[in-house]
Amino acid sequence: MKTARKNRLLLILTLVAGVGLAALLVSLAFRENLTFFFTPAQVAAGEVRPGQPFRVGGLVIPGSVERQPDGVTVRFRLTDTRAEVPVQYTGVLPDLFKEGQGIVARGTLDGTGLFVADQVLAKHDENYMPPEVADALKAQGAMPDHEMMRKMQP
Amino acid sequence: MIVEWGHFALVVAFVLALAQSVLPLWGAARNRTDWMAVAVPAAWGQGLFLALAYGVLTYAFVVHDFSVLYVAQNSNSTLPLIYRITGVWGGHEGSILLWALILSGWTVAVAAGARSLPTVYAARVIGVMGLISVGFLAFTLLTSNPFERVFPVPADGADLNPLLQDPGMVIHPPMLYMGYVGFSVAFALAVAALLGGRLDATWARWSRPWTTAAWMFLTVGIALGSHWAYYELGWGGWWFWDPVENASFMPWLTGTALIHSLAVTEKRDGFKAWSVLLALTTFSLSLLGTFLVRSGVLTSVHAFATDPGRGLFILSFLTLVVGGSLVLYAWRAPRVRATIRFAPLSRESLLLANNVLLMVAAAAVLLGTLYPLAVDALGLGKLSVGPPYFNTVFVPLMLPLVVLMGLGPLVAWRQGKAADLTRLAGRVGLPALIVAAACLAMLGLGWQRYVLGVSLWLACWTLGLSGYGIAQRLGRRGYALQAWRQLPRGFYGMHLAHAGIALFMIGAGVVSTLEAERVVRLAPGETTELAGYSFRLDSVYPVTGPNYTADEALIVVSRQGRELARLRPQKRLYTVRQQMMTQTAFDAGMTRDLFAALGDRLPDGAWSVRVHYKPMVRWIWLGTALMALGGLLAVTDRRYRLGAARARIGASTPVQTA
Repeated sequence: MKTARKNRLLLILTLVAGVGLAALLVSLAFRENLTFFFTPAQVAAGEVRPGQPFRVGGLVIPGSVERQPDGVTVRFRLTDTRAEVPVQYTGVLPDLFKEGQGIVARGTLDGTGLFVADQVLAKHDENYMPPEVADALKAQGAMPDHEMMRKMQP
Repeated sequence: MIVEWGHFALVVAFVLALAQSVLPLWGAARNRTDWMAVAVPAAWGQGLFLALAYGVLTYAFVVHDFSVLYVAQNSNSTLPLIYRITGVWGGHEGSILLWALILSGWTVAVAAGARSLPTVYAARVIGVMGLISVGFLAFTLLTSNPFERVFPVPADGADLNPLLQDPGMVIHPPMLYMGYVGFSVAFALAVAALLGGRLDATWARWSRPWTTAAWMFLTVGIALGSHWAYYELGWGGWWFWDPVENASFMPWLTGTALIHSLAVTEKRDGFKAWSVLLALTTFSLSLLGTFLVRSGVLTSVHAFATDPGRGLFILSFLTLVVGGSLVLYAWRAPRVRATIRFAPLSRESLLLANNVLLMVAAAAVLLGTLYPLAVDALGLGKLSVGPPYFNTVFVPLMLPLVVLMGLGPLVAWRQGKAADLTRLAGRVGLPALIVAAACLAMLGLGWQRYVLGVSLWLACWTLGLSGYGIAQRLGRRGYALQAWRQLPRGFYGMHLAHAGIALFMIGAGVVSTLEAERVVRLAPGETTELAGYSFRLDSVYPVTGPNYTADEALIVVSRQGRELARLRPQKRLYTVRQQMMTQTAFDAGMTRDLFAALGDRLPDGAWSVRVHYKPMVRWIWLGTALMALGGLLAVTDRRYRLGAARARIGASTPVQTA
């Protein structure tokens, strides 16, 4: 039965090595791909380095949306009522993107303080606000009153 | 008045669920046959009354009864009939009711076959399923009553979320729920076996078809969801590692592991405790998925319930189920001593490796899904885990899994032969490598596109090994039609599902390597080029639907001057909710999809338009369809029916099948 025991040991060692390798892989990938959320006030305070990918959320300032001459690049400003962040996005904006609406954008800051977004999320219900934005606004005491209501008009 | 009858039926169903759980479980513990006999009729009764309640809610939708709050929130007098019927599960309350109805349907299916099970075991299985029903019905009645009235009665409803007004929505949630809830059968079978203290052949033989059936529905549900996201959300991707997608994918991974571990349990009487643990884990992950999706902790399309009371209820229920079943496991499982022997090279080891890889993958997905929630709950900040994490972890884990997947069916139980491996590597691995390299060369791609090369190689490897395996089995019987028909359906089912993985890998590999996308400003008459195709915006004109108005574009796609397709994407405005919706248009084909979405109207009358070229993207869903079909074949395998009959006679003697 010596070989049987040796075999079992071999199997267990292979398994342990495999799982260990996987765990290493997971933790490495995990650390590299965490995307943190910042409010415009935090961005303005310089808490984010240029080039570091992160997400920023806030309200789109009414009147700030400008379409660039190429027709597909859009610039707008996001606010949490304390500070503003200019955002640039190339592509089709989501259906629920509107001025005054809460959105979340993912991207990086360039050297000039412009946030270059590769993704803009506006949520799928006009009464819905991304929780990050809602919390950030609540912290500023600037929660719009239509937020989170169940829409129920006769 | 009818609506009150629906509410009443729901209460009766709840009472019957209590009877279905408490009496049989108590009877099984005290060995009282009369109490155990309650199980089957109570299960049927619960099913009947739930169907009644569900029918009443559907009726309220169909006749526009806006005095029902849920109908008023999710329907409108202009909503087409089909979406009024499917709108029943378009919101939180209705989808929980659908969940309970499906659970009851599975219970009835188990009850219908319960006569072939030992009485005590059957009573326990139905009793455990009854307990789950009690939890969900209490949840419905206490926090999510779909029959709640509203006063004053609104003149019209707030309309169904436009995203859900789509044919894909008609079948995606019921299929997904069939899968989620179907794992409750495997769960109940495992818990009942633990309660009885006997993990015998009856348990394993019964668990296999039920698990495979649930897995089949879950596969279809996930695939439909992926397809729906592909064309309805208009982002052009087919998988986003969105938390909600992950919520359905985790039970799929552990369910797949369970299917394979049950094979060892049934055939070799090994991995018993492990199979039980997998059954518990899989259903727990299904419940976790429900919690994540329904409690509103996730920011997603699906998170429409933002009531914290509901989240708390599901979380407590989840804790109870997971905690309770794990305690039971810790208490009972050590009694099960499985001492099967197998060599490092044997089908058992390969299936063990399959299980380890699938569980590590599920754990990695779980980590990426829950970590942001945990960090948020602890007040340590807000963060998200991006798709690159999932891709870098998941893909390397799947590669060895697919290599081993093809080999598994060709290696003998107990002790495989190393000579077989070298032969297979030479006869299948090498040709597969040559085919993959030739494909790359034909496409004019270099080695830097190794991702595509590897997926093609693995696909050929899998298909080749499946062909080899079938030929080998047939070879012993001659290749006559009779020989084909003699092989068990489960055998074909397995190879079909594995071939499905191969097609999936071809699709995923090709589309992720060769797809092209372009966002461009187009005025009517202008053309843009993408991957050799010309997309010409012909015109944009207004159209009117039953409950929306839209701008529709006519985009003519041609290649080398020959017209190929006319795409008509729309930008809809749903009038009741004043909500914009992009309706994409695509020309589907086995070799490529051409896909167009309208962006915004620019001040000068031009439009921003997004066009995609998606080569072989259909193969992804074709592959998942084959997997589900393989599951169907395996479920309908004759030997499960024979086995059930034999179990009736021979109680618990392990039945050996080759």
